[in-house]
Amino acid sequence: MQALEKLIQQASDEWSPVAVTVARAPLLSVPEDEAARILQICNACRYCEGFCAVFPAMTRRLEFGTADVHYLANLCHNCGACLHACQYAPPHEFAVNVPQTMASVRGRTYRLYAWPRSFASLYERNGLAVALALAGGIALFLILALAMSGNLWQASASGSFYDVLPHTLMVGIFAPVFLFAICALGIGVRRFWREAVPGPASGAALAEAGNAVATLRYLGGGHGEGCNNEDDRFSLARRHCHHATAYGFALCFLSTCVATLYHYVFRLEAPYAYTSLPTVLGTLGGIGIAVGTLGLGWLNLRRHPSQGDAAQKPMDLGFIALLLIVAVSGLALMVLRSSAAMPGLLAMHLGAVIALFLTMPYGKFVHGPLRAAALLKWAIERRQPNRVGLTDD
Amino acid sequence: MVDVLVIGGGNAALCAALMAREAGASVLLLEAAPREWRGGNSQHTRNLRCMHDTPQDVLVDAYPEEEYWQDLLKVTGGLTDEALARLVIRESSTCRPWMRQHGVQFQPSLSGALHTARTNAFFMGGGKALVNAYYRSAEQLGVQIRYETPVQRIELDGPRFVAAWAGDERITARSCVLAAGGFESNRAWLREAWGVNERGEHPADNFLIRGTRFNMGTLLRFMIDAGADSIGEPTQAHMVAIDARAPLYDGGICTRVDCVSLGVVVNRDAERFYDEGEDFWPKRYAIWGRLVAQQPGQTAWSIIDAKAVGRFMPPVFPGVRANSLPELATALGLDPARFMETLNAYNAACRPGTFDHTKLDDCRTDGLAPPKTHWALPLDKPPFFGFALRPGITFTYLGLKTDQTAAVRFGSEPSDNLFVAGEMMAGNVLGKGYTAGVGMSIGTAFGRIAGTNAAAHATASAHKEGSRASS
Repeated sequence: MQALEKLIQQASDEWSPVAVTVARAPLLSVPEDEAARILQICNACRYCEGFCAVFPAMTRRLEFGTADVHYLANLCHNCGACLHACQYAPPHEFAVNVPQTMASVRGRTYRLYAWPRSFASLYERNGLAVALALAGGIALFLILALAMSGNLWQASASGSFYDVLPHTLMVGIFAPVFLFAICALGIGVRRFWREAVPGPASGAALAEAGNAVATLRYLGGGHGEGCNNEDDRFSLARRHCHHATAYGFALCFLSTCVATLYHYVFRLEAPYAYTSLPTVLGTLGGIGIAVGTLGLGWLNLRRHPSQGDAAQKPMDLGFIALLLIVAVSGLALMVLRSSAAMPGLLAMHLGAVIALFLTMPYGKFVHGPLRAAALLKWAIERRQPNRVGLTDD
Repeated sequence: MVDVLVIGGGNAALCAALMAREAGASVLLLEAAPREWRGGNSQHTRNLRCMHDTPQDVLVDAYPEEEYWQDLLKVTGGLTDEALARLVIRESSTCRPWMRQHGVQFQPSLSGALHTARTNAFFMGGGKALVNAYYRSAEQLGVQIRYETPVQRIELDGPRFVAAWAGDERITARSCVLAAGGFESNRAWLREAWGVNERGEHPADNFLIRGTRFNMGTLLRFMIDAGADSIGEPTQAHMVAIDARAPLYDGGICTRVDCVSLGVVVNRDAERFYDEGEDFWPKRYAIWGRLVAQQPGQTAWSIIDAKAVGRFMPPVFPGVRANSLPELATALGLDPARFMETLNAYNAACRPGTFDHTKLDDCRTDGLAPPKTHWALPLDKPPFFGFALRPGITFTYLGLKTDQTAAVRFGSEPSDNLFVAGEMMAGNVLGKGYTAGVGMSIGTAFGRIAGTNAAAHATASAHKEGSRASS
C-alpha cells in the first residue's frame, strides 16, 4: 500500500507543466516530461549533434517546455542513430532513448493537432483494423451498389470506368473527401505552427526546408550512410523505400491532375492509352508505391523494438497497407480494365482511395506535413541569433 | 590455436584486433563486459587529438608535431617519454583514413567545444558510435568476439605468453595483446593507493568513476606481480571535478560542471582554495578533480549567480537555487557566517573590468588569497546557484612499461609475443595531467602497433611450426 502511494506521489511529482530536470528515469511520466528529462541529459552531452537537426536545435535551448518538445519531436525523423550511439541508453540508469520518446510525443501531437479531435482518438486506437475495415466497407458498399444496378460482372468493351460509375458520381464522392482531407491537414499544421511561431520564412529558409524534405536529408545519418533499422548498422534502405513511396504518391497525384485537365480542358475522356501521360504517370507512381510500401513494411516489421513506439505500429502498418492496396488495385485495374473483373476491382480501388483520404488527417500521413513544417521552423530558427549566450566551454 | 589473442574490448583492443586480422592472423577478442556495456571507457570518449600540418576535413588550420609535443610536455610536467609521445603524435596524423575504412565517422567540433576545432577530430555520435563501428568491422572481417569473458591470469614461460585463463578455461594463442584498461573501477585498489590523508579520511572512498565498471585492473596487477616492468604512480589519473550527484559508474561527459571559472568554489569549511580563473576552463578542468580530492570530505561547491546562467554548458542536474547567498549556504549545508565571510571578501576584492569569457580578461581580484585572476565578477545577482562537486576518476596511469614495439618488458627485456596497449600503458606517455583526446591517440597508436607486431610474431611462429611439422 505504501509502495503504491509512493508511486502515485512520484507520478504526480513528474506530472508538471514545467521542464523536468531530474536525470534519473521516472517511474511514470507523460512523454513530454520524459522528453524534457532526456533532453536535459542530451544538452549536457551533445555527442549526437552531427546526426540530424534535433540536437543543434536542442542546443539553442536551456529548458524544454511543451512547445519545444513538440517541435523537436516532429523534427525527429526516427532514424535511430542517436539510440545506438548513446552512452546513456538502457541499461544505463539514465535510460536515455530519444527516438522512442520522440515517437511517443509525436503520437500525442498528431492527436493534439487533429481536427476534429474526436476522429483522431478513434483512429489511433486501432490503425490497421480501422483502415482495413474502412477500405473493405466502402468497397463492399460499392460492390453492393453495382450489383444492384447489374454492373458488377460485366466487361466494358471500351474499358471505360464511366460505364460502371458515371464520372459525375465519382467526382461527387471524391471532391468533398479530398477537400475535407486538405482542410483537416491544413488546420493541423496551422495548430502546430502557432504553438511556437519562429518568425517569417525567408526564401533561403524555404529552399533549405524544401530540400531537406525532398531528399530526406535527415535519414542520411549526417554522414550519408543512412539510418539504423535492426541494429547499429547504417542503411539507406528506408530512405530509398520512402522516396519510392512518396514520389510514387506524387506521380499518382500528378496523373490524376493531368487526367482532370484532359477531361475538362481538352475534353478527352478516359480510358487513356497505355502510352498516354496520365497512364504512364499513374503506372510509374503505382509501381513506386507498391515497391516502396513493401520495403517500408518489411523494414518496419524488422525494426529494433527500442527505436520506436510500439503503440504506433498499427497506425504505421495501416497506412502502409492502405497505400499498397491503392497501388496494387490501381495497377490491376489498368491491366484488367477491359475484363469482367473491372467493376469489382474498380470498387475495391475506389474504396481504398476513399479510405486513404478519409484517414489521412488522422494517421501516419500527418507526419509528412508536420515534419515539413518542423524543418521549416528549424531553417528559420537557425538563421536567427542564438538566444543562449553560451560561450566556448 | 588462434594466432592473436586480444584481451580487452575498448578502442585499443579493437584497433589491435583489426590490424592483426588485416595482417592475416586469426584473432580472438575477449571482452569482460556483456555486449550492451562493451567498449570500456571508449564508449564515453568523443575525440582524437590529431597532429596535422594543413587543414584536414574536420580539422582547421594546423597542429604541428612540435606544438602537440609542447602541449603534452606542459600538462605532464615532463613526466613523459619523448620517443613514445612523438610516436603517438605522428601516428595521430595518419590513422584517420584507416579509422574511416572501419566505419568511424568524424565531425567538426561540437558546439561548446569550439576551442578544439584545430586540435581534435570528433567522432560523430561519440565513442560508442566508434566502438560499434569497430565491432561491426571486426565481425565482418572474421574476428571472433566473446563477451562476458574476463581474464584473471596469464600463463607465462619466462617473458613469453603461453595462455590466458578465463575462469577454468585455458585459452592459448601464438601471441597476445593486453588492452584491458586501468584499475579505476577497482574501489578497493583506489582506496589502498590513495591511503589515509592527514584528516584520517580515505579520500578514494568519495571518488566517482566516470566510466566503465569493468576496469578492475586484474591483469594489470597480475602482470606487475609476475614481474613485468611497470610505470607511473597509482594515484595519478585523469581526474575531473564532477557533479556529486553523478552515478557511481558511467556518468560520462554529462556530469561535468562547467561553471567553475564563472564563480567561486568553496570547500566544506566554506573557504576558497584555488584560483578559479587561472586559465580557460578546457585547460583547467583536468586539475580540479585532484584539487577537490584534497579538500575535507573530498567535496566542494561551485557557486554562481544569475549572470552566469546560459554562459556554460548546461548541467545535467539542476543547481541548488536560492534568492540570497546566506539562504544558498544553508541549502548547501555550509556554515552561512563563514560562507558570507568568504563571499563578502571575494566580492569586495573584485576589481572593475571588462568581462569577456572568450579571452583572459582583466576582471580579477585584488589582495585576495587565493586570487581569482580572470572573469572575477562579484556574485550579487539573484538567484544564486550551487553545485556540489566530487572527484571523478576517468582512468588511472599506473601501467606496464613498454617501448616503440608495444612489447611488455620483464627486467628491461621485451617479450617477443606479449604486447600492451591503451590505458594499461598510457602512463608511458602520460605520467600526470591530461589534455583532451590524447587518451584515444595513445590507444589508437599503440593498439595498432601491438596488433601489427602480434600478428607478425604469430605468422612467423606459425611458419616455424609448419616447417617443423613437415620436416
